[in-house]
Amino acid sequence: MGAVETLEILTPGPLTTVQDRGRFGFGGYGVPPSGALDSFSLRVGNLLVGNGENEASLEITVIGPKIIALIDVIIAITGADLQPNVNEIPLDMWQSHPLKKGDVLSFKGPKSGCRTYLAIGGGISVQNIMGSKSTNLAAQFGGLDGRPLRKGDIISSDSPARHLKAVGRSLDKALIPSYTKDQDIRVISGPQDDHFSAEAKEIFLVSPFQVTSQSDRTGIRLTGPHIEAKKNLKESIISEGVVPGTIQIPGDAQPIIILGETVTGGYRKITTVISADLPLVGQLKPGDTVNFRKVSMDEAYQAIRKMENMVAGLF
Amino acid sequence: MLYTDPQYRIMGDRALLVELGDDVDLKTNNRVRELFVSIKTDPLEGVLETIPSYRSLLLIFDPLKTTLSLLQNRIQQLLQTLDPSQLPDPRKIEIPVVYGSEYGPDLEWVAGYHGITPDEVIRLHTAHAYHVYMIGFMPGFPYMGELPKTLITPRRETPRTVVPRGSVALAQAQTGIYSTQSPGGWQIIGRTPLMLFDSERWPPALLEMGDLVKFFAIDEEEMANWEQ
Repeated sequence: MGAVETLEILTPGPLTTVQDRGRFGFGGYGVPPSGALDSFSLRVGNLLVGNGENEASLEITVIGPKIIALIDVIIAITGADLQPNVNEIPLDMWQSHPLKKGDVLSFKGPKSGCRTYLAIGGGISVQNIMGSKSTNLAAQFGGLDGRPLRKGDIISSDSPARHLKAVGRSLDKALIPSYTKDQDIRVISGPQDDHFSAEAKEIFLVSPFQVTSQSDRTGIRLTGPHIEAKKNLKESIISEGVVPGTIQIPGDAQPIIILGETVTGGYRKITTVISADLPLVGQLKPGDTVNFRKVSMDEAYQAIRKMENMVAGLF
Repeated sequence: MLYTDPQYRIMGDRALLVELGDDVDLKTNNRVRELFVSIKTDPLEGVLETIPSYRSLLLIFDPLKTTLSLLQNRIQQLLQTLDPSQLPDPRKIEIPVVYGSEYGPDLEWVAGYHGITPDEVIRLHTAHAYHVYMIGFMPGFPYMGELPKTLITPRRETPRTVVPRGSVALAQAQTGIYSTQSPGGWQIIGRTPLMLFDSERWPPALLEMGDLVKFFAIDEEEMANWEQ
């Protein structure tokens, strides 16, 4: 049956992109992972509509698009609550839902979180570039011509009719993450925690930080007490590879959580967010408060195993 | 200077930074390249991504498939058995550049800063071969050095919001090429018509770590001969 046109974008919203779990293995060429910033919501959404969990979905940022179904298709909305509606009737999130040809999906506005994911039964048929369908906005490739969605764009999916039987799937309410305006995020010390005094590290861990509006898919800029590096150190370090979730402290002493659009950086990093909490980081939006809590490597691994076992046990 | 024993730094629960030296120098960078090429040729179990840089290699791994201590042991063994003679020779790559005018808006400023003529800046920039230390910042962007002492130039005080693709630029002792349009604070002295990054090409980046790059000056009219 192959690729079939499933959805048409009536209005795109400010930033709606195609993202899967990201592009790995090309860091030596400077190619960053990109990918869904809340990978948990992406994966669950895919499973709800009968896709493989790595399939691409639409990542929608704060303000939702308006989308019309071109044929009968099954969808699921996960992640941030932007109050989705179908034909003006509220739609439950975290469950699969059949759209009839002509149904219109819209969003009333942000209630909690930053990024919502629209999974489509049959996924999104775009070219796989370096092993991923994710959109790299800076280098303009991947997804739909390397750009955010526009009015009139058509989404095609692979054999969508085969996915209609995934109807009725929903995530247990107890497993739905809550995105609060005051979010705790767990971190592990390093890689350059030795560049900071005990006092500076303490301030970092006990102080609330606010997410600023200068945040995007490259990084989340925070504002709060100054985290000063030890005296006699240069402003920057020798550039090195970075992993999403590492928290750098540039010259202005205000933390930036690095996300998935860069492979190297030249600022010292005080701590790194644990893998299990990265999806929550992807849901931070300007105005939110973040509190960092230091945990052990064991606790980090227990948290990943818990999350992976949970996802593996779904449907 | 190359460390006798590498320094390991933990970057969260799924990344290990292997630091091989304390500074930007060829010997350390070549050692990073040896380790990088070795892991690329013979991948380590559970490693998803390897990012080489001036003096370190970052390994990003799947914590469900391997552990920090296992990886650290494997790296330790690898470093003992690496054979530098197995490393491919650096590729020599020549890059055409239109210097000055609209393509190199900072050429005059750079010349003034050093008290030399723009022609002398061009002569110096094209007289040396540069080692590609790493690709980073954006896909395909090469960090190259060392510039001759007379060309060592501070970054712009105010970064530009838009630097065109192909811009050839200086910052401190390094020279680089903007592979895609982006904001940037380096001093722009020219532009190459070559595509430094093309996702549809394999390999996608024109340059890679370890390459030797030499620039040569062309006229504006000649750009079309290379334009892709």
